[in-house]
Amino acid sequence: MNILVILVPCSLILGLGALVGFIWTLKSNQYDDMEGDAARILLEDEEE
Amino acid sequence: MSVAACPGCASGDPGFAERAVADVPTHHLVLPAIHCAGCISGVEKTLRAQPGIRAARVNLTQKRAAITAQPGADPSPWILALSRAGFEAFEAHEPAARKSDDLLLPLGVAGFAMMNVMLLSVAVWSGAVDTTRDFLHWVSAAIALPATAYAAQPFFRHAWGALKVGRVNMDVPISLAILLACGMSIYEVIHSGPHAWFDAALSLTFFLLVGRVLDQRLRRRARSAADDLAALEPHRAQRLVGRDKLSTPIEDIKVGDRLWIAAGDRIPVDAHLVSATAKMDRSFLTGESDPVLRQEGEALFAGEVALTGPMEIKATAVGEETTLRRIAQLIATSEGARGQYRSIADRAAELYTPMVHIVSFAAFLGWWLLSGDLRMAINVAIATLIITCPCALGLAVPAVAVAATSKLYREGLLLTSDTALERLAQVETVIFDKTGTLTTRALDVPHGLTRAEEGVLRSLAEASRHPICIALAARLGDGAPAASLSDLAEEAGDGVRARWEGQIVRLGRRAPEDPTTVFSIGSRSITLDAQEAPLARAKEAVAALSQMGLRTAMLTGDTEANAHAMARDLGIGSVWSEVQAEGKVEIVKALSAEGTKVLMVGDGLNDTAALAAADISIAPGSALDASRSAADIIIVSGDMSRISVAIKTARIARRRMEENIAISTIYNVIAVPIAVIGLASPLAAAIAMSTSSITVVLNALRGLRP
Repeated sequence: MNILVILVPCSLILGLGALVGFIWTLKSNQYDDMEGDAARILLEDEEE
Repeated sequence: MSVAACPGCASGDPGFAERAVADVPTHHLVLPAIHCAGCISGVEKTLRAQPGIRAARVNLTQKRAAITAQPGADPSPWILALSRAGFEAFEAHEPAARKSDDLLLPLGVAGFAMMNVMLLSVAVWSGAVDTTRDFLHWVSAAIALPATAYAAQPFFRHAWGALKVGRVNMDVPISLAILLACGMSIYEVIHSGPHAWFDAALSLTFFLLVGRVLDQRLRRRARSAADDLAALEPHRAQRLVGRDKLSTPIEDIKVGDRLWIAAGDRIPVDAHLVSATAKMDRSFLTGESDPVLRQEGEALFAGEVALTGPMEIKATAVGEETTLRRIAQLIATSEGARGQYRSIADRAAELYTPMVHIVSFAAFLGWWLLSGDLRMAINVAIATLIITCPCALGLAVPAVAVAATSKLYREGLLLTSDTALERLAQVETVIFDKTGTLTTRALDVPHGLTRAEEGVLRSLAEASRHPICIALAARLGDGAPAASLSDLAEEAGDGVRARWEGQIVRLGRRAPEDPTTVFSIGSRSITLDAQEAPLARAKEAVAALSQMGLRTAMLTGDTEANAHAMARDLGIGSVWSEVQAEGKVEIVKALSAEGTKVLMVGDGLNDTAALAAADISIAPGSALDASRSAADIIIVSGDMSRISVAIKTARIARRRMEENIAISTIYNVIAVPIAVIGLASPLAAAIAMSTSSITVVLNALRGLRP
């Protein structure tokens, strides 16, 4: 059962990483315009 | 570029403040018609090409564009440029700040914590014992306690708010279950007990937050869409300074200012007429469709529409002092039948909450008295509280509301009230206002045209997207054979022109300043008179409602002859004519008192009180601000045939809500005895909670998917 000492922190770090990623998407307003973002993929790139 | 992880460190970067200012949008435009990627790039390219605009970004979900330019700049040229490019745009106020009440972050925290704790719990359930189990429990506690303390706050706050005023709502058993689950689990973990309920506390929080987030996003979208309708009203008026016309925000107009009003404009403030005469459309205020003639010096009220023009007026009352605002305020203070309506969710909560608490307290007493084991008795009582699973009940109504409201939103209907859907499902009588709701001023088919010429008129009218032309085309109908036109072109706002058998044919305004519509073939031109006519799909709308077995009625301030002729035309059962605002309220109230559920549909100020008094009310998007806020549902396009769609959807939604509550009750009927006899385990709770929540959500989607 010693393997748990490695596996449990591993799973915690992974989970925390995903949570940090989610917080980042929130902070950068990625949920503000989901329909628009879905449509923008059809647009040609333009330099901004 | 330097990377600053926290806002405090960012102050070290000298360019930061400047950049932040440059990125804040200064202007917002509402773009009601955009719908695709092409629209996004069209609008953004047009805006970025305008001088003075530094940045522009379209938000397709909100149908808005945020523009960064000089603060205080006049957006009129941009709006003009957009309309030339084919996009209708209106100036809007800044959207209300909304980050503070966002539930997405708590949802994320609860979700990730739940997943981790679930994983650890699987290890426990698959047979971990002794120190390993304790270790796993301690790790779970370390994740679950801070996560619930943060993520479940919305429930704690609502529950506390209700308890403070001596009431009980759904959040009370939810909060209690979460708190007790955590508390008992800590006790069990400290004493190396076999069961910890951290996963239950977290999944309860997570599933219920899903319901709340859906609910919140939906309501925000409806609210911002309703706010955007206000933007379609004029924000600016042409103020006369000497001989110059100055585009001025309406808030800045003062008593005594002289204003220049073009034909077709709505009078922005109370005023008196400076020009010699003017013809006004007062139907918004009185319901009478005939235009009224005003002489120099006579009073004009905010909300009237100028039929002739241009003219000069002098402001006599502005802002909250206008007659329109004063009447609107009076109406806002009166309360209607809907105040007494209790939602299905509230009624379920009122039955459910005491029941759960009584059952779990009885379980506690029973076990304590029979076995004498206090710890065991508390364990069983809390297991009962957790497993009775308010989470399916908490999702039962919002899941359906979200599915149904999204469907209606796509159909162009905005629900501005929480219980509108439930009340709409019960409607038995539909009362329509006439002018503006069922009828509009439409062009009459001129006499003395040959069939071929009527065909030309119809084809021209069909080529335009202007509502008045669509109505004209519908009136001409199949009687006129379609003509083959070439070089068809729409002149923005002015009309359509084309070539027919070598001649130029045109349908549109006589001149940009003159709203009279003319139809010209070559050099011959025929004036089209405006007359009251049913809106394009009004007849269809009434027929659909009658087919559903609903009673229809018309309520109007217009004369008896006009009202009866129109009602016969549309197939409406009963008519009340020559009723003023107070009369409309009386009739609505009398019908409600008879026990029938009344849906009032109206747009004018004279309907506003009746809208507020009815069991449920609908206003078209073109209605006055006051009427829109009195209505529960807004039909953005004004297409009344949407009403039957809305009622059908609402009926399905109500049935689904009731089914969902029945489903969660059945889960409880099975789970409670198991918990009370002490056989419930965290594993059983996890299974019951997830399956019941998923069943409820899936059931909500039946028949309501767009």
